Amino acid sequence: MKKNFLLLVLSVFTISLFAQTESRTIPSSNLKDLNGKTVNTTSFSNDGKPMIINFWATWCTPCKRELNNIAEVYDDWVEETGVKLIAISIDDARNAGKVAPYVNGKGWEYEVYIDANQDFQRAIGFQNPPFTCLVDGNGKIVATHTGYQEGDEDALYEELKKLIAGEKLSH
Amino acid sequence: MSVKNLIVLSALTLLTYSAYGQGLDKILSNGEVHGSFQLDMQYYQEDTVIGAADVPEDVLMNGFANINYTNGNFSAGFRYESYLNTMLGFPPGYKGNGIGYRYASFTNNDLNVTVGNFYEQFGNGLIFRSYEARGLGYDNAMDGIRVNYKLAEGLNVKGIIGKQRLYFDFGEGIVRGIDGELLLNDFIGGSLLESKTRITVGGSFVSKYQVDENSQYNLPENVGASAGRLTIQQGKLRFSGEYARKINDPSADNGFIYKEGEAYFVETAYSTKGFGISLSAKSVDNMSYRSDRNASLTDLQMNYLPALTKQHTYNLLATLYPYATQPNGEIAFQGELIYKFKKKSFLGGKYGTGILLNYSTVYNIDSTAIPTAVDTNLLGYESNLFSLGDEKYYEEFNVEISKKFSKKLKGTFTYSNIMFNQAVIQGKTAFDHPDIYADVGIIDITYKISKKHALRMEVQGLFTEQDQQDWGTVLLEYTYSPHWFIAVLDQYNYGNNDSEDRIHYYFASAGYVKGTNRIALGYGKQRAGIFCVGGVCRNVPAASGLTLSITSSF
Repeated sequence: MKKNFLLLVLSVFTISLFAQTESRTIPSSNLKDLNGKTVNTTSFSNDGKPMIINFWATWCTPCKRELNNIAEVYDDWVEETGVKLIAISIDDARNAGKVAPYVNGKGWEYEVYIDANQDFQRAIGFQNPPFTCLVDGNGKIVATHTGYQEGDEDALYEELKKLIAGEKLSH
Repeated sequence: MSVKNLIVLSALTLLTYSAYGQGLDKILSNGEVHGSFQLDMQYYQEDTVIGAADVPEDVLMNGFANINYTNGNFSAGFRYESYLNTMLGFPPGYKGNGIGYRYASFTNNDLNVTVGNFYEQFGNGLIFRSYEARGLGYDNAMDGIRVNYKLAEGLNVKGIIGKQRLYFDFGEGIVRGIDGELLLNDFIGGSLLESKTRITVGGSFVSKYQVDENSQYNLPENVGASAGRLTIQQGKLRFSGEYARKINDPSADNGFIYKEGEAYFVETAYSTKGFGISLSAKSVDNMSYRSDRNASLTDLQMNYLPALTKQHTYNLLATLYPYATQPNGEIAFQGELIYKFKKKSFLGGKYGTGILLNYSTVYNIDSTAIPTAVDTNLLGYESNLFSLGDEKYYEEFNVEISKKFSKKLKGTFTYSNIMFNQAVIQGKTAFDHPDIYADVGIIDITYKISKKHALRMEVQGLFTEQDQQDWGTVLLEYTYSPHWFIAVLDQYNYGNNDSEDRIHYYFASAGYVKGTNRIALGYGKQRAGIFCVGGVCRNVPAASGLTLSITSSF
């Protein structure tokens, strides 16, 4: 009996693994926006245009470096591609109250949510921020990247332009 | 047992779907499997200079993989963990291989049910939070059942019951809890939906059950705690507060006294473009809450008492004198201000200048011990949650300026002044461990050589008369975006009064990143100390050797 079940679960996993395309659905989680409103991640949309979902935290230096660097070119990105960046803070109660002052203080124009219990982080499945997802116009995650190094925002922008042009992505 | 449960659930769900007449192939093609993986391995060398002991296994490894299956409203998954053997500095309770986490969950209309393991928190976590920080070996996942029901628009109720994870076992106590949250605007609806003023109220009740096997005392077997919270948002201004109370809970942490516990946490923030300010205050009194009254260290903690101090990331600041909340009693205040001088203004220059100020201070609670002879109820002491004591635990003033000089050059400059009561925070003897007063300066410069090549340098200095006196750190990092990095670090205790202890802790690392794959190799010496990530700290012994780390997700 146990063997049969094991076989069944393995086949489900295997079939799913082969059946799934390279893109991935945004998993469902509830987040809070900076006004305290509950928002489900499946409602993320940008009118058929691409989105970038970026995970960060107030205590994460490379995360802040990345989002501050993108902030400098964000107006151009939006103008040229129509992209929307959604910044998900994984700060817990210790720092969650500092997220809005930081975001506004830095003048970020991103859509910002707080994932205080790290539910969305677990659903996406990564360990350490920053973590970036590129989402196509149909709301499918088509590329992911871990970490940030100076200049990575240019590589991300190249991918974004390829996505819009319908070209194959590098990863 | 655990894998079997998961399998049974997966099978049942498939069968149920099939019963509703959908084709099996169609169901399967809607499913997605995703996961993540992390491995850390170290080859240890004995190093008598820094006090790194010989490791009999030579090589130690921590690794795990999370595998999740989702299909519409159903999801299930597990985490396989492997500790062969546990790396130095991790709780030694993790030993061998096992399934540390498995669950199945589904949503049906407004009802969400999770069976197996789950992480959850009520409000700020003052009376309940189950949480993981894998990098620190902290994991108090619940094992049981969670039900989340949306009773009406804006009104949510959560119920949990289970036991807490203790390494590859479970704590003895049973944890039960319920939490309700009302988003008033959404609940009432109409014009309030778009109102600038938003009000949220919440309340929770948690209780633990643990049998009393003590012959000397009559210990409470059920210990309840309750909390209430309120958030008011008025445009750019936000206020939030939570108050918690716990009934008598004699434990190893509080010396088996029968006094009740209390805590509050209030925070207010205002921000507008280019300016933000936040002020917070917190007080905790006898609020350690574990599902086993005899547990210690980070085992079986049921609640979270956030530290109201700045969370540091620069090496010397983050690892030498990090603050940790004192659950038996403390009063803390913190203020943070962030401002951006506009581009082309006098202080802003061509690109603008950012400034961040943070001040935090922590004191004990004013309390009076009750003499044993008259303390018939074993209350231990009398105190007032709002009355500041005369012993300071921690104080810090921190200023951080970020400045871009040109398209290629930018920097962050930090100054910090710290007072650190090591006797209380690190549990050392007071007579030979005086309070530490330290000045810290950090220069962090990035030079962008070309579009893909960048060089980053950190120079840090920590100056103090106490403890191990002065420290300096230099870090050089070269990155070739988006794939390669190489870094060298030297941490030098150059000012130590004892010339034999003026030790260099050098560390070199290099790595490769592609998409979500990251592989890094490192070699060098690590200082003994307390390392904190995400608000959780652990003691790490000195070590020397070669490290390998791999992370991936798909």
